[in-house]
Amino acid sequence: MAEVKLNKELFNVSVSPHIRSEESVSKIMWTVNLTLAPAALFGVYHFGLNALMIILLGIVSAVFFEWAVEIIRKKPITIKDGSAFLTGLLLAMCLPPTLPAWMAIVGSFIAIVVAKHAMGGIGSNIFNPAHIGRAALMVSWPVAMTTWSKMTTSVPDVVSSATPLNILKQQGYDALISTFGSASNMYQAMFLGNRSGSIGETCTVLLVLGGLFLIYKKYINWQVPVVMIGTVGILTWIFGPAGFLTGDPLFHMMAGGLIIGAFFMATDMVTIPMTIKGQIIFAFGAGVLTTLIRLKGGYPEGVCYAILLMNCLTPLIDRFCQPKKFGVRG
Amino acid sequence: MMKSFRGGVHPNDRKSYTANKPIETAPLPSKAIIPVRQHIGAPCSPIVAKGDLVKKGQLIATTDAFVSGNVHASISGKVIDVGEYPHPGFGTCLAIVIENDGKDEWAEGIPLKRDWQSLDADSINKIIREAGIVGMGGATFPTHVKMTVPKDKKAEAFILNAAECEPYLTADHRLMLEESARIVTGVKIAMKALGVTKGYVGIEDNKPDAIEVMKKAFEGTGVEVMGLPTKYPQGAEKMLIKVITGKEVPSGGLPMDVGVVVQNVGTAVAISDAVTQGIPLIQRVTTISGKAIKEPKNILVRVGTTFREAIDFCGGFASTPEKILSGGPMMGMAEPHIDLPIIKGVSGILALAEGEANTGKQSPCIRCGRCLNACPMGLNPSMFSLLGEKNLFEEAVEDFSLLDCVECGSCVYACPAKRNIVQYVKYSKAQNAAKKAAKK
Repeated sequence: MAEVKLNKELFNVSVSPHIRSEESVSKIMWTVNLTLAPAALFGVYHFGLNALMIILLGIVSAVFFEWAVEIIRKKPITIKDGSAFLTGLLLAMCLPPTLPAWMAIVGSFIAIVVAKHAMGGIGSNIFNPAHIGRAALMVSWPVAMTTWSKMTTSVPDVVSSATPLNILKQQGYDALISTFGSASNMYQAMFLGNRSGSIGETCTVLLVLGGLFLIYKKYINWQVPVVMIGTVGILTWIFGPAGFLTGDPLFHMMAGGLIIGAFFMATDMVTIPMTIKGQIIFAFGAGVLTTLIRLKGGYPEGVCYAILLMNCLTPLIDRFCQPKKFGVRG
Repeated sequence: MMKSFRGGVHPNDRKSYTANKPIETAPLPSKAIIPVRQHIGAPCSPIVAKGDLVKKGQLIATTDAFVSGNVHASISGKVIDVGEYPHPGFGTCLAIVIENDGKDEWAEGIPLKRDWQSLDADSINKIIREAGIVGMGGATFPTHVKMTVPKDKKAEAFILNAAECEPYLTADHRLMLEESARIVTGVKIAMKALGVTKGYVGIEDNKPDAIEVMKKAFEGTGVEVMGLPTKYPQGAEKMLIKVITGKEVPSGGLPMDVGVVVQNVGTAVAISDAVTQGIPLIQRVTTISGKAIKEPKNILVRVGTTFREAIDFCGGFASTPEKILSGGPMMGMAEPHIDLPIIKGVSGILALAEGEANTGKQSPCIRCGRCLNACPMGLNPSMFSLLGEKNLFEEAVEDFSLLDCVECGSCVYACPAKRNIVQYVKYSKAQNAAKKAAKK
């Protein structure tokens, strides 16, 4: 065999280690996108074409804004890493299906330009960009953001266009049950997603399956969704409408944006504490705040604000929840 | 199941390239380039000059400093130069170059026959010091220093580090299979010198054949051979001690603080050779591997042989390597070229082919926390890279215990953003030391 002729006499040098795992930021981001896709597609099937428009405009504009800001900031273009795509998708999934679709573009602008890049870009943002985008739309167009559509699918007993949490807030628990016909009907509808709500938040089963896949891939810690959803369940059961221990935890756990929030927003690694201990505190706090807003606040739903409020506390939680050092007692 | 240590990573071990290759003796170099500094500590001064004739095993550089390691001629021949030569660890270093006379003659009095059982601790340590033995796992800390028990401390146990947790490397693995008798002797001598009765051999359980051979070899000696869970960095001294004894070496402390001394397999063999036969450390077993090496091998090679000669002995390159490493891929050093001498601490020479060295481009930290989970020291590596980037060394030291970092590279391995955390750690440590020195 002929001798290999080296095409260089000097080799690359760098500090150790010289091998790396196969994980990458874009692999993580695209996997999260993929796990969200079934619930998003269900939303389109469930709510119709305007939902599709909102999702498409949300994603395309988020990616466009990312590209534009990176050009202006003279930063490497990272639109292929899936993170802007994810922000756009998550934002759209948290918007009402009847929203004028162009508003999604405004939401994406706030999310990408203000919440993400103005804070320093990926990794530096304090708040979940998609939730900031949603919150901004909420204060800008409160009526459009709280107008809900009837579903395009024909579920016989489901006639109301209000979200279940809205009905609960305005008409009470009995009215809620009678809207669905029976409690078991209600649970079934909420599990499968046959209810009014934001585009991507309704289908509990698909969201949970997606979340389980992320747990299996170790992209998120199971403690976060379990603690957050569990906290909401326990607290809403304790502080029920007819006194102590009369609440409906099952309903509350599947209602509103809790499932998507707990699995996909409260696990956004950039904006939550880094240690598992810190993440559990974060998830518990988000659960408490969600319950507080739902039961006592002016809004029917509180997941978005609960997570944003806990995002503020992340640096503080991180400070007190560092890992235990080797060789240090206590 | 044994209790493991916290953190760590599971890189592909790629040991199958050489695990089944018996140790081959490499041909003697035409000239040996022998640096006067092959250890941590004070450099030696040459005691031979250009034109001198030297024999194998003859002392050619030494110093009075305690923390240092003597240097001996690895071949017989004529000193043709004493000058600055490339060095795998320090860029360049004063080196003694010996031209091989082809006779391979021992210096007077070597080898001898010595009954080690009649020696006391001091004489054993003296022999080890004179033989220039240093930690052969790669750290090259002088062995006699480690073996000298401070007056206020008491050694309780000896651990033979046979974890060999670095991917690719199989030199210790082969030594255990082929040279078990010398290893047992080395361990017994070390235990005698330390005055301990408790001894352990820690082997990662990806080497079941070595565990079996060692168990047989140490039968009746009271030394316990333990299979350890395969996880990088199992061979890091502190992790090894933790898993075997359950004790944690205190932050900023040494293994002796928990009464333990750890030595590597190659070092045990060197101790045996020096004490029973008077042979100084002039050769070692090293693994030549990587996809860019035509025939990966474990070789017994004289100190001062160049990387190039060792690679040629392994059939040369199969393709143009992207990186040349001395040591393993997790903690080894990337070398710019191959005209470097093999020194006492070179546990392997790896030629990684294009794509084998997966480095990737660094991107911003996304705070995913993988580095925290991977860190065996319980630190927050992400902060080292973020603070290092902003030149905030003091914060890294004071608020995040930078100096506890052992630079094992687990965090970098795990990082999806491909952040060069170890680079920031080394940089910050150096800057911090410089700042401290300037203050004094």
